Amino acid sequence: MKIKPYGDTTGDGKVQVSFTLPLADGPQAVEAARRLALSMGLDNPLVAHHQDMGVGYTFFIIYGSCRHEVDTDDLQASQADFHHLTMDEVTAQARENLGRPVVVVGACTGSDTHTVGLDAIMNRKGFHGHYGLESSPAFVTHNLGSQVPNEVLVARAVEVGADAILVSKVVTQKNIHVTDLTELVDLLEAEGLRDRVVLVCGGPRISHELAVELGYDAGFGPGTVASEVGSFLVQEMIRRRVPGAAVL
Amino acid sequence: MQSQLGLDPGQISRARDAARRITGQVQAYIDQHTTTSTERAILRLLDVNGVEADGVPLPNCVVDNIMAGEVAGPAGAAPRNALSRGAAYWLCNAMLRLELSAQEVAEAVGRGRLNLTEVKPVDDGAIHDLAYSLAETAVIKIRSNRQERDERIRRLGDPATPWLYIIVATGNIYEDVVQARAAVKQGADVIAVIRSTAQSLLDYVPYGPTTEGFAGTYATQANFRIMREALDEASEEVGRYVRLTNYASGLCMPEIAAMGALERLDMMLNDSLYGILFRDINMNRTFVDQYFSRLLNAYAGVIINTGEDNYLTTTESYEAAHTVLASQFINEQFALRSGLPVEQMGLGHAFQMDPTIEDGFLYELAQALLAREIFPGAPLKYMPPTRHMTGNIFQGHLLDAMHNLVSVMTDQHIHLVGMLTEAIHTPFLQDRYLSIENFRYIVKNARHLGDEITLRPGGRVQQRAQLVLDRATELLEEVERVGLMQAIEQGLFAGMKRPVDGGKGLDGVIPKGPDYLGPFPHLMLPEPLRQAHADAEASIRVRNGLGAAERGTVR
Repeated sequence: MKIKPYGDTTGDGKVQVSFTLPLADGPQAVEAARRLALSMGLDNPLVAHHQDMGVGYTFFIIYGSCRHEVDTDDLQASQADFHHLTMDEVTAQARENLGRPVVVVGACTGSDTHTVGLDAIMNRKGFHGHYGLESSPAFVTHNLGSQVPNEVLVARAVEVGADAILVSKVVTQKNIHVTDLTELVDLLEAEGLRDRVVLVCGGPRISHELAVELGYDAGFGPGTVASEVGSFLVQEMIRRRVPGAAVL
Repeated sequence: MQSQLGLDPGQISRARDAARRITGQVQAYIDQHTTTSTERAILRLLDVNGVEADGVPLPNCVVDNIMAGEVAGPAGAAPRNALSRGAAYWLCNAMLRLELSAQEVAEAVGRGRLNLTEVKPVDDGAIHDLAYSLAETAVIKIRSNRQERDERIRRLGDPATPWLYIIVATGNIYEDVVQARAAVKQGADVIAVIRSTAQSLLDYVPYGPTTEGFAGTYATQANFRIMREALDEASEEVGRYVRLTNYASGLCMPEIAAMGALERLDMMLNDSLYGILFRDINMNRTFVDQYFSRLLNAYAGVIINTGEDNYLTTTESYEAAHTVLASQFINEQFALRSGLPVEQMGLGHAFQMDPTIEDGFLYELAQALLAREIFPGAPLKYMPPTRHMTGNIFQGHLLDAMHNLVSVMTDQHIHLVGMLTEAIHTPFLQDRYLSIENFRYIVKNARHLGDEITLRPGGRVQQRAQLVLDRATELLEEVERVGLMQAIEQGLFAGMKRPVDGGKGLDGVIPKGPDYLGPFPHLMLPEPLRQAHADAEASIRVRNGLGAAERGTVR
């Protein structure tokens, strides 16, 4: 099925965009913004708002009809392979199929200091009513906190006999997250541990696609709740134990 | 502003008295110890600067060199670390014996040609006099910076509150200057240069102008100077004094405070507990470091910004509100003990409540008013929502608007402007523009709202404020019972458990010897704190069996 953005009529293709141009406000700037919108594939662009920001830059809000469409038939959603269960269902699934808890070690690695995401997934309290992995007897969690060197993370994983490693990456300036994430995979491979753990990363700029490309089993982006990560971990553990097993 | 909350002054005093006693217990420890970073700060103030050939800062070279030496204790006692005499003692001894400047001594140490603890000692009195005269030069420089700030504010004018506080964080100091100038044109009253992530855990201060950083720019003395010059120019252009902020937190609190005093920074992030709880820095190290850094901030006229807002990033705001208030009381008392007056206490808090809570706005209002009424003279710092910013910029813009409204209603002083794209990227030019537009609209539109309304006695806002005060008082009294260090070990703050001998930097904490030489508290503290400090040093001498007769030589 081919689809377009929806405003108030099917197929109208209406979108809003906002951007800044390095021009002082005036007719020339408005025309520049309109042309740019046309080049973006927006028919009949309407410059709804233009505002000089005082330092030779102008801000625009534009509406237009998008020329392009998307064919949903040949889409492959980039998502880890799991059935999203509630945390109680995850607990039951682990109890029936694994017979022991999944040992999870998590950390914000490298220079990352922001643990909000990691805490939301791992800690009992969770976030916004979604309790973390620690709240379920299906998991034994070790949250190492922020600024953990990859070496320390691997050492701790060995020490506690981790089944899974969760890495949270927030800072992405100069692609530091990619460097840190890649280094961890290299380290695990060098130690012969890579295949023995379920390796998962998450963060505001992480997608499943990127995670797989970097050698992870799964990646989780913004808005992920703990039960999604928990579902994946338990189901991946079951799959590894009994290849090809149905997980639900 | 008239009291809106109807709080019982007796109960506020009870909480404040508990905080005073809590910090008093810790102050006894602080007075008897110094740290590597405190001694490095003293060296910087005595004019040791620069790096050795491999890039190690000279203050680190000198302190490491002293740390490697020992001095004999009283008869029968074990030798003690040479740093227990104070870096100023060894530096001045070498200056006198070798007839070198402070910088020349440090350079010789940096080249590995000089071992300070092996230099033959000269007369203690001459060392004392040189240390005090060098310190006096630094004190005069800091005092003149303060006078220059006052003069510029008088000439250019001080912006109305709430001050619009904007952050820049490009990693490159020269790019930061471009962004800061644009922000000032858009209305910023305060520019904060966010530090590169993890600088707080470096046990040295990077040197020179820097152009590479992660999610922020390194705090270096050269970077401070570059931004200060840019903001002074921008202040002239817009006709109002624009303040500069950086971070005196982490393992180098005292050194960065020294740099801030020398380069006329106006505000510094400086919290007595933050490093312990959120950066796992050893608590003994932090307590000693915060004391000296605040001493410098106080004397330099720097407004400190405390970090209570951070409690609300890891715990639910509704439940943890009383920990914010308790921490504000503790920060206030520690600050007073460093000689920092209330008008320099930018006690922090934040608008962080879950937006789905019914009456959440009322509770935010209660919390902000509570801080305002309990710390009436303090330039409170009010942080914007971050925890519940989701990437829905339209909803985020509304949350920021509510934050702005509470701020103007409750007379907050330092207002960190929330960005609608929080949780997405570091702000674009347009994000900053829209956020400032939001702030200005609300502050102007509701300017006198706070003066016009009277809260219903016994109503929801008053009840909430009373509840938070009750719980904060209980927490403080509990902390007093077990002691602050033990309370932190038990996880009474922000749910973080930090062992007294754990965390980073404990190896840099050294007991002061009876012959410790550290001139700055004696020159900077106001009476009667100056006398209390002298008494504390005297008690170390008494404990070490040095009587009054020897005081003359040790001083």
